[in-house]
Amino acid sequence: MKRKTTERIIEGGLAFSGAFTIVVTLGIIWVLFSESVNFFKEVSIVDFLTDTEWTPLFTQKHYGILPLLTGTLLTTLIAIGTAMPVGLIIAIYLSEYAPKNFRSRVKPVMEVLAAIPTVVYGFFALTVVTPFLQSFIPGVETFNALSAGLVMGIMIVPMISSLSEDALFAVPKSLREASYGMGATRFQTSFKVIVPAASSGILVSMILAIGRAIGETMVVAVAAGQQPLFTFDPRQGIETITAYIVQVSLGDVQHGSLEYNTIFAAGITLFIFTFILNHISYWLKKRFHEKYE
Amino acid sequence: MNSLTLNRVIDTAFKYVGFLCTLSALGILAIFIINIASEGLSRIDWQFITSLPSRKAEKAGILTAWTGTAWILGLTATISIPLGISAGIYLEEYGKKNRLASIIGVNIANLAGVPSIIYGLLGLEIFGRLFNLGGSLLAGSFTLALLILPIIIVATREALKAVPKTLREASFGLGATKWQTTWHQVLPAGAGGILTGIILALSRVVGETAPLIVIGALAYVPFVPSSPMDEFTVMPMQIFNWISRPQHEFLVNGAAAIIILLLITFIMNGIAIYLRNKWQKKINW
Repeated sequence: MKRKTTERIIEGGLAFSGAFTIVVTLGIIWVLFSESVNFFKEVSIVDFLTDTEWTPLFTQKHYGILPLLTGTLLTTLIAIGTAMPVGLIIAIYLSEYAPKNFRSRVKPVMEVLAAIPTVVYGFFALTVVTPFLQSFIPGVETFNALSAGLVMGIMIVPMISSLSEDALFAVPKSLREASYGMGATRFQTSFKVIVPAASSGILVSMILAIGRAIGETMVVAVAAGQQPLFTFDPRQGIETITAYIVQVSLGDVQHGSLEYNTIFAAGITLFIFTFILNHISYWLKKRFHEKYE
Repeated sequence: MNSLTLNRVIDTAFKYVGFLCTLSALGILAIFIINIASEGLSRIDWQFITSLPSRKAEKAGILTAWTGTAWILGLTATISIPLGISAGIYLEEYGKKNRLASIIGVNIANLAGVPSIIYGLLGLEIFGRLFNLGGSLLAGSFTLALLILPIIIVATREALKAVPKTLREASFGLGATKWQTTWHQVLPAGAGGILTGIILALSRVVGETAPLIVIGALAYVPFVPSSPMDEFTVMPMQIFNWISRPQHEFLVNGAAAIIILLLITFIMNGIAIYLRNKWQKKINW
């Protein structure tokens, strides 16, 4: 009888630990929501979404999120535009072409690339990539979206290549054999059979990578600048949502002031985007697993 | 050229393109490390490691930064490991089919994708203001513990999933209870995998910067922290502070600190990869 009670207590404790993660999510939503409400009491949501200037720290204050959104979008586009083709080609090469021992040697190195702290990538963007870009593209500023985006792309390559490779690897061998049996080359097999079969897994890797790029902070805080410009010119300095939150956090802003609330309004915008992306990828992953099991 | 040879050519061409892409990823890593080493290696000496920060670049050191990182690492591990492993056990061993467990599963997948800076906003309000911890080591550790919780939970689940059913059945057959089975059989069998996940999660803690900036960790801390309530800085914050300055001497300091930070992360990842390989060989039951 006593043993049974102990078992119950232990199970209860374990369930509590699991349920605690729900408390974390609720905490995030509550914090972002309650502070943003204070913000939207002062600033109309229409201004927030349509004003093309973001100057909460100046005397002439404007609270339009658009410049931060375009900044985030620009760096994300550059990052994904770099990382997706490169990551996918590496994944296909490692899964379909490369000899086994090459693959087993490259994978740990890719993991190392993924483990480098992001502030270090920021240093790389600022001291290596930006001077390199300035040497052949006219008009590249010291802080610019292009360099930060490219380095973010390099940072994300291991994530895309390893997730996509898992998806390619999960495609049943029989599909490959059937294709080879029909006389197809490895290239034809890869692109006409394997990639389409693994498409949902590849899509998941891309969505997760987009989420990562949108939320990336240190690379853009170091290398992309702090000028919230409503522009799509990658040579200019811009400011992302995350970089703005860092800028305010580093400064001396009074709690409860409107400036303080702006970081939560920026935060909830960021959270909504990643929340949607996370759920799409979770749903896709589930569907994809069911297909082969 | 007929279509057969054309296909062969495309096939071979792609082989080289793929090889080149892979090599260039590795090449960039090499450029990266060489560049940092050439900038910072000569700056590293005993004085650099044991000095307090300073306004003068040549006098500044990383003593407060690495002690801060050590504190954060220890506290975060203490908070997150028990919680993460318990949650992982619950999801994998106890609540496999029930509704709560499936909601928790979706939730964890979502939490793992929340940007780290959002955890910073959470920590700022909850730990910094509500619990009145301010920008202390404890507030930073709680925040980072929440950040790595999903990683530890997922690693625990994966490790326990790999433990064969027969082990559990044999234990139950001998009359052991569920918890006895879990504690004495399943957990030890999965320990290698769990440990690997924990080390990887902690190596993330070492490099995390953004959430600590948001909760108000300081870039300039002129003393070594001596209690969890002290204000602090960490290695990546010190690096961020140095590389944000225009003077080249501080950039050199930043590069030197990066070398030490990378050394710590690489060693942790190396241990994790080694353990995983060893463990993977062992579990061919």
